[in-house]
Formats: sequence, C-alpha cells, structure tokens
Amino acid sequence: MAILPHRLTDPEYAQNFSDIHPPFETRNAALIDANRCLFCYDAPCTKSCPTGIDVPKFIQQIATDNLKGSAHTILSSNIMGAGCSRVCPVEKLCEGACVYNLMEEEPIPIARLQRWSTEKAIADRWPIFQRAASTGKKVAVVGAGPSGLSLAHVLARSGVDVTIYEKETKGGGLMTYGIAAYKVTPEFCEDELNYILSIGGITIRYEQELGRDIRLDELQQQYDAVFLAFGVGLARRLDIPGEDLAGMVDALRFIYDIRANGYPSVPVGDKVAVIGMGMTAIDAATQARRLGAAEVTLVYRRTQEEMPCTTAELDIALLDGCRILWLTAPTAALGENGRLTQLLCSRMRLGDPDNSGRRAPIDTGETVTLQVDMVIKAAGQVPFAGLVAGSGLAQDKGRIVVGPGGGVGATDGSTDRSGVFAGGDCVNGGKEVVDAVQAGKDAAAAILNYLGVTKK
Amino acid sequence: MADLSTDFLGIRSPNPYWLASAPPTDKQINVLRAFEAGWGGVVWKTLGSQVKNVSSRYSAVDYHGSRVMGLNNIELISDRPLDLNLKEIRECIRLFPDRAMVVSLMADNDRQSWQELIKKVEDTGAHGLELNFGCPHGMTERGMGAAVGQDPEIARLVVEWVMEVASIPVITKLTPNVHSVVPTGRAAVEAGSQALSLINTIQSVTGVDLDTFIPNPNVGGKSTFGGYCGPAVKPIALKMLTTIAQDPVTAKVPVSGIGGISTWKDAAEFMLLGSTSVQVCTAVMKQGFRIIEDLCEGLSNWMDEKGFARTTDFIGRSVPTLTHWEDLDMNYHIVARIDPAKCIHCGLCYIACEDASHQSIQLTPGNPYNTYTIKEPECVGCNLCKLICPVDDCITMVEQRLGEEYLNWKEFQQRGLPLNDH
Repeated sequence: MAILPHRLTDPEYAQNFSDIHPPFETRNAALIDANRCLFCYDAPCTKSCPTGIDVPKFIQQIATDNLKGSAHTILSSNIMGAGCSRVCPVEKLCEGACVYNLMEEEPIPIARLQRWSTEKAIADRWPIFQRAASTGKKVAVVGAGPSGLSLAHVLARSGVDVTIYEKETKGGGLMTYGIAAYKVTPEFCEDELNYILSIGGITIRYEQELGRDIRLDELQQQYDAVFLAFGVGLARRLDIPGEDLAGMVDALRFIYDIRANGYPSVPVGDKVAVIGMGMTAIDAATQARRLGAAEVTLVYRRTQEEMPCTTAELDIALLDGCRILWLTAPTAALGENGRLTQLLCSRMRLGDPDNSGRRAPIDTGETVTLQVDMVIKAAGQVPFAGLVAGSGLAQDKGRIVVGPGGGVGATDGSTDRSGVFAGGDCVNGGKEVVDAVQAGKDAAAAILNYLGVTKK
Repeated sequence: MADLSTDFLGIRSPNPYWLASAPPTDKQINVLRAFEAGWGGVVWKTLGSQVKNVSSRYSAVDYHGSRVMGLNNIELISDRPLDLNLKEIRECIRLFPDRAMVVSLMADNDRQSWQELIKKVEDTGAHGLELNFGCPHGMTERGMGAAVGQDPEIARLVVEWVMEVASIPVITKLTPNVHSVVPTGRAAVEAGSQALSLINTIQSVTGVDLDTFIPNPNVGGKSTFGGYCGPAVKPIALKMLTTIAQDPVTAKVPVSGIGGISTWKDAAEFMLLGSTSVQVCTAVMKQGFRIIEDLCEGLSNWMDEKGFARTTDFIGRSVPTLTHWEDLDMNYHIVARIDPAKCIHCGLCYIACEDASHQSIQLTPGNPYNTYTIKEPECVGCNLCKLICPVDDCITMVEQRLGEEYLNWKEFQQRGLPLNDH
C-alpha cells in the first residue's frame, strides 16, 4: 500500500474526468425538453433558485430561438449561471421543485437547458451587458470567488470601478479550486471568468492576500467601499490521535491539487477513507476513485437520512464503487514509521436531535478498524478565524456578521463597520456557489445604495 | 367487431377511409401500396388540363416543437400524361376490385373538355367522379378549381355539363375560400351532383423566412399563395361540414369529409357531423400509409364501446346538437372545481383566469408551491382553466343550474331579466 501519483494513463484520466452531465448536442435535442416545460406561473423552480432565475422565461426563450434573450434572463439573475448549470445541486433546488415531479414524471432538465444558452453566450462572447458611464466610485473586493465576482459585475454594470484582490493565481474561487473536475474543467472556469470580466471596469490583482499583502484599513482608505469575500478555510480537524500522520489529507487541498496541478501529479492511496458525507466529501471520494484508488470508503457518523449531500451525489459515489459506512465515526489514526496504516472507528447510533435539528450520533462502544493508507478529511470547513479576528469586525465563531436583507434568508452584506461589506462563505460558513452569487448581488445593492449610485 | 364497411352512393369500400386527391394518389405504385396497407379507397389525383409543376412545392407550420401542424402546397393537378393515369387506374381497379376508386377531375372550362374527360375516365371502370372546384392556386388563374367553386352559377353550369354524360356517381368538392360553402353546395346539388365533399385547401401564407425575408415555399426568390391543410384546418372543416349537413338542400346528399383528419377520433367527429366517408392526405404525407391500421382499429373499438354495429348508426348523429346561439339554455351554469389531490401547482389556470378571464381563482402563496382554489361566485364557467390545465381531470366543470327550466335568450329578453349581472 502506498500513496502514489501517476496511477493511470492519460486516456484513463481523460475518460474518468470527462463531463458527468454532457450538454445537449443539437438544437433539436434542447427543443424537445424546452417544449416540455409547462411555463408555470410564479414557478416553483424559480422560487427554489437562490438567485431567482426566471426559469420558465429562459426556457421559453430557448423554444422561440431567442437564445440571446435566454442567456440574458439567466445571467442577469446569476452571472455565474453557466458554472451553476454544471455544479448546482439542482435536484434539491430548481429541478427538485419542478411540477413534473408531482406527476411522477422526470423534471425538466433545467440545468442542461441553462447550460445550452449560457455556454453559447460565453463561447461567442455575446455582449449581453453594457457598462454604465463611470461614476468615479471605486470598490475593493477581497476574493475573486463567486460572491466577489457576482458583486463586481453588478457594480461594473452600474459604472463603479472594481479592484479584486485574489490570493490565488486564478479567479473563480471554489468554482475553480474546490469542485470535482468532472463537473467543471479549469478551461471552463477561465472562460467563464473572462466572460464576466469582459464587461470592463473590473481588475483582478492576483496573489494578493489579506493580512499578508494588503490590509483592510488601507483598502478602506483607498476605496469608497470594501467587500470581503474571502471564503472559508480548510477542513475541520477531526481531533483524533494520529491526525498528523503522513496520509491524512484535507479534502479541499486534495481537490485544489487536482484542479490546480492536473490529475497525474496528484498522489492517491490504494485504500482511502473519506470522512464526511457532504458535497465536498463526495467530490473527494469520487475523484480518489477516478485517480486510481483501489478502495474508497466514505465514513459518516449519521445515516442517509441526515447526510448533507443530495441523493444524486450519493449515487455518483456509489456508481464509482465507493463503499459507505453509515453510523461510523473515526476515533484514532494509527501508523508505522509516521505513515498512516489504520483508521479506528466507533459504530454509532442516533440519539435525540442536536442543535442542527438532526438526530445526534452516540457511540455504541462497538469498533471497526479500516486498513487504509490515506484519509481525506471532509467533515466541514472552518472559517478563517484569525483573519476575521484580525479585521476587528463583529463575528460569530469566525463568521463575519452582516445585517439582514429584504428577503427571507437574505442579507445586505453590511458589517458593523461603515463602508465594509461581506458575503459568501466567509459569512454563511460554506454554502453553494449559487448562494454566494446571490450574496454578492445583495451586497452590491447595499453598496450602490451606500455610494448613492443607481443600479443599472 | 364493428362493421366499418361503407356504401357511398353504391361505391363500396371496406372502411370509410379514402385517400384524398393529392400526391399519395397520383400513380399506381402509391395506390397499390395504399390498398395493400388497407385503405378503403382512393380519390385519384386530379386529371384534366395539362400542367407543369414548380420546385419547391410545400411549406409547413410547426407548433411548439411539433412538425407540420399545417401543410401548405402550391402543387397543381396531375402533371403526368392522361393516358398513363387512365391505364394505371384500370390496373388498380383490376388488382383491388373491393376498393373505392373515385377519380378527381378538373377540365378546361368548356362543355366539350369536361365531357370528353368523363367518358375516358368512365372507360377505366372507376366507381365515381369528384369534381375539383376547390384548388386555390395555379388553376384558378386559368378559370378552374376554386374559380369555379367560388361562383355558384359557374359551378352549376359545369355540374350540368357533367351530368349530361356521367353514368357513375358525381361528387362535387367544395372550396373553403368563400364566406359560406352552402351556395355552391346547393348549386351543385340542384344541378344534379349526387354528393359533396369538403373542404379543399384554404389559401394561405405559412410564414416568412426571417433571414431571406421571402415567404415559404421559396421558388427561386418568390413565393405564391398556397393551399393550407392538415390538423390546423380541422375545426374550420368541421364547421363548414356542419353547415352542409344542416342545409335542407345539401343535407339530402351524402358527404365525404376532408380537412385535417389524422386519427380515428378525427374521423369519428367528421362522421358524427355528417360525413359518410372521410378523406385523408396530410397525415399520410407526414407518416405514410401505415396509419390506416390505427385509423380502422381505433374507430372499430370506439364503435364497439358505444354500441354502434355499423357506421350508419352514428353518421350525422351530432348534427342536431349544433344550434343557434340564441337557442342555448341560459340557465345552464357550470363552475370550475380544482382537485387538490391532482393539482401540480403550475399556476397556469390562475394566470389564464387572472389575466384573460374573470379573476375567479384564488392564489394562496406557498414555498415553493402555491395553492389555487376557485372563487365560485366569480366563475362564469368559461372552461379556460380546464383547457389550460396540464393534468387530466384535475379541473372539472360542475353544473350549478341557475334555474330549473330551459331559458333561451329570446325568452330571457321577453321577460326583461337583468343583464350584466356579473
């Protein structure tokens, strides 16, 4: 047993990481599904989209051959509509709400239709949005992830100049670095980013990290407003003995390496355990398999009933041959010569509901031992607590606290410091891309209001 | 098993389905294939004046992802040599003596041309003649086709010429490109035509190419008005058929119904409104002769369910139920009811009623599913919501009579009952 890179041939990598939800190949194919849409009023799909995309409208626009209008409908609600069409857990959002489900029929493939319009917009660089005349206002954004880009685009449309400070060498945030490669490719992320930036008025300064290269008070002096969108940090520690053995890796780091460095160079074990059952856990487990791991076991302390990932995601893992150990929690990692060899686990049972409303796992005393050479930790992410504390902003367990917005669950992104706004994962602790996009829109509206600029 | 066999003025066919005079019936190879497939009869594509056709010839209207809701053509009558057609007609009759062979005719507009043509056609052993007074393009400019059908007196004259020599049943085919088909229908019957068929195609422009700006079909950069047919024209055909079935003069003769018949249901509807036989073209142009199997089986099964042993048991049965508006019962009142167990919360009934009808549906917000209920006092019973609803039997119209007795508009006015009460 060993952790090795280069386990597969190039064609094998290409096959394993090919598009998991292929797009429509022809207009005819898209029209068959577009014409099946009922054009619901006050549509449940729209109401289930965090960015409120007018789904029936954009689908009807596909059906009428108004693809530019369709792309405009999508992108004016969600500038990352193309990326979201690939990474959104649609089965619990728009497609899950499609009324066809209530007829026991297949829902409209909304994501696939959304991809049909938006990919053409990006590929052909349709100039769907015009930038308003410059207002002379300047806003700094920390983090070029979905919330930062979404905010920047709204501001740029309204004539505000935006400078984004990004610690990585590429924009896109977790869309670029944190999602399974069979959902979005690096090339796609780059194209989408360039399309967003093509409106003009947005500058990204790469390898600029808050607290290292830039400081919040300096940004406040140089800009009319600041938007913090630096996301969340790495995986929550398991706090078990042996956590520092070689072979214990962080899921986000593992996915980051795949996205940033390419498949062959990423080392993977023969026998891998993944701790957690969220979307990131699934992305890590399936990609470990696709990189050539012989055995991948997902270890989760509760049951399928409580798992954070969707059934569709679980199915991907099962189809990839991942094994699932429900009601199992790691208790210690054992090794030889500093290298991981075993993961000791306890079998759990469900007790009374905890703070999350889900039934809490309780140790039964029964144990299981897994022979492993690699453990990927995906039991949630922790905020950049130090960074948040250093900013001096009001916070709640490392998450920046922002003011309430107009809608249910919405915020206006305002912090307790005038002129400083925040949104996305650094506020919500880690949600979907689509939630981050909406947080950017909400904060943009608040910033425009703060700057006295009319939204365009 | 219901008996589908049809006797149309002595023209017998094993079922009421004839192929209309059109490309599917223009030569032996097609017609034999149709008979092999099971078609009851054919109306051979119109013979007469010598013509030449252009390319292209057809254009269509698609609707909501479905092809050819309506088909338009600018094709003329048969452009093959007359002798060849006559020889092939004779051969088809010899090979399939149990099928109806009716020949469509459109001669130059003089007595001699018509009478010579009829003699030649009768020599083939054909069972009937159909006079093409309907073709709306090409031939009209030469004083034929719809130019005859649109003028009852010209139609009467031509039918008189025909009847002087015809020894087999004569069916006059009517054009819909008139305000009413009845005057020409009457003239034909009064002049001796033993039967009518309707409708021929409706003049149309199916669309304009948004890249070239040239309407369809494009013939070298120009287009021309064509004849429209297919499912889109069926409701118009049924209306015209009914006026023929209700007129005291035209009601005396059998009718062969034409106009968008694609399924056995369409055929049953045409027959309920007075058609003895039905003619099909567009559906075959789209899907081939093989559709005859379901046309027959579906009709037969429906007849069995309804207890009809033969087609004459129901031909014309619905004609008396189409009446004048002023004879409708004003005390008949229905209101919509939404079955909450079947509702899928699409909101289509709500927005249709709210924007386009009587604001009679209540929306109770929900996330993500709203609930919709009928405001019964507001509902006028228009059917719109029921028509829009994508779920069968989710919305039903429930009878809530306003009074026990039958009350028509005339009586309503005489009693001075209040208007505008809604």
